[in-house]
Amino acid sequence: MTTLANTITDSRTMFQRQLLHLRRYPSLTIMLIGLPVIFLLLFVYVFGGTLGAGLGGGRSEYVNYLAPGILLFTIAGAVAGTAISIAMDMTEGIVDRFRSMAIARASLLTGHVLGSLVQIFIALFFVLGIALLIGFRPNATPLEWLATIGVLLATSFALTWLAVALGMAADSVETASNTPMFLSLLPFLGSGFVPTETMPAGLRQFAEYQPFTPVIETLRGLLLGTGIGNSAWITLGWCAAISALSYIWAKRRYNQKAAK
Amino acid sequence: MTTTVTTRPAVSVAGLRKTFGTKTVLDDIDLTVTEGTVFALLGPNGAGKTTMVRILATLLPADGGSVRVAGHDLARDPDGVRASIGLTGQFAAVDRLLTVQENLRLMASLHRLGKSAGAHRVDELIERFDLAESAKKPVSLLSGGQQRRLDLAMTLVGSPRLIFLDEPTTGLDPRSRHTMWQIVRGLVADGVTVFLTTQYLDEADELADRIAVLDHGRIVVEGTPDELKRRIPGGHLLLRFADPAAHRAAATVLDVTQKDDDALTLQVASDGGVTSLRAALAALERAGIEPADLTIHTPDLDDVFFAFTGAGLEEKR
Repeated sequence: MTTLANTITDSRTMFQRQLLHLRRYPSLTIMLIGLPVIFLLLFVYVFGGTLGAGLGGGRSEYVNYLAPGILLFTIAGAVAGTAISIAMDMTEGIVDRFRSMAIARASLLTGHVLGSLVQIFIALFFVLGIALLIGFRPNATPLEWLATIGVLLATSFALTWLAVALGMAADSVETASNTPMFLSLLPFLGSGFVPTETMPAGLRQFAEYQPFTPVIETLRGLLLGTGIGNSAWITLGWCAAISALSYIWAKRRYNQKAAK
Repeated sequence: MTTTVTTRPAVSVAGLRKTFGTKTVLDDIDLTVTEGTVFALLGPNGAGKTTMVRILATLLPADGGSVRVAGHDLARDPDGVRASIGLTGQFAAVDRLLTVQENLRLMASLHRLGKSAGAHRVDELIERFDLAESAKKPVSLLSGGQQRRLDLAMTLVGSPRLIFLDEPTTGLDPRSRHTMWQIVRGLVADGVTVFLTTQYLDEADELADRIAVLDHGRIVVEGTPDELKRRIPGGHLLLRFADPAAHRAAATVLDVTQKDDDALTLQVASDGGVTSLRAALAALERAGIEPADLTIHTPDLDDVFFAFTGAGLEEKR
């Protein structure tokens, strides 16, 4: 049992380290909030009239359609910060120090993941706030809000572990900041910005089956009362699979890097 | 706890091998470090010093041989080793986003010292390493010497009995270098065993009880600094004379190893110590010759390699 207690203590220490990083360097968090906010404003005020008309309404309908996708876009962008901070640790001497100490091995990774979740939720809070300010009108009940937070958490958790693995696999901080970029594209190649039915055949199939679409559909259903169908289960399945595989990948890379 | 033996070596290595691909980095290394002493692993860049330290500090697996560190078998009980050692690597292993104090507190938490004991230890180390003025500064604003001191302070938070210092003074200015030497001496006075690597013979000479010279993954010679220096012929006195007559006369009274008739210089074998210097000057005095100029050349790493591998460093690079 002492091993478990030590793992918890060490993970908490590493988590506190990440919180200090967040406090010391708020500029990264601000940047992670800024980009989705710009996209939100751009899509609502520049494209929103036309896109809303395409949905059979106007700009105000489009805000509602867009907001769940923007939340996912926020997460996808924010995990780049995770990959960068992992890569920074791995390319500097500090990781050798940690590894030569009798601490729970994975605690460094756990600390990064927990720290990133805090960062992502700070970003989500601000992005959601601005969406509400410009006319996002969810009709969710308290229970649905709770479920929304759960889905956002599960998705953030999965993508953060994926980013940890990507950061670990990168040889440099620059690479680590680039590799998670494809995640930011996925909400576009799904139902985040426009309905998938409007896409050409090949793209439509990809859009319907890629993991971000069920997440967006679940969020949309919870927040706006559209049909969820089996999206919630598919979402949880994807999140579990991505988390598990990324965790294994990240841990293996972490142990391999020791051998360099 | 493991069984206690009266004289337990802090590090014992037998038949250690390590290869990266087809390149053999460490080839059949045997060495023993006695508790409470300073052991210096001396060698040029690429000799395998860092690899050696990384293996002993559990960061790299060995390919063969048996290693015991601080009484624990390296292969079977790496966590036991980790709990007893401290490592200060070649590059500052500090969190550059945190302050000096936060870095040390991070270490205290990871050693699970508890709040008050941890805070006490942190204050003590800040005091001892002369970091009080910069305690609240982020590490990125510190000088190279300060960062190195913080790095070492972080290594000491857990009060390890054995510490590894990988090139602790490389890149430091002379003053910081001497400060670092003082710190190492202080550690030894407290009974800590120090395993250090260095490229500088004078550093090994200043600090170490025993020196092993590593070259191309093999230990070419091992012994106390005095034993080593006695076997290195590179040390000499260089005497320059004002006129050819004095130069000629001096050559007859001194034990000359090299004579340069154009520059009017003579080389006399010497270990750099006062005795040999006095002997040479006394011989000149008796003959009534005054040298115009005298320099003492102490053996350096290049001489060590000439002596033990038959090749200078330049040829190796």
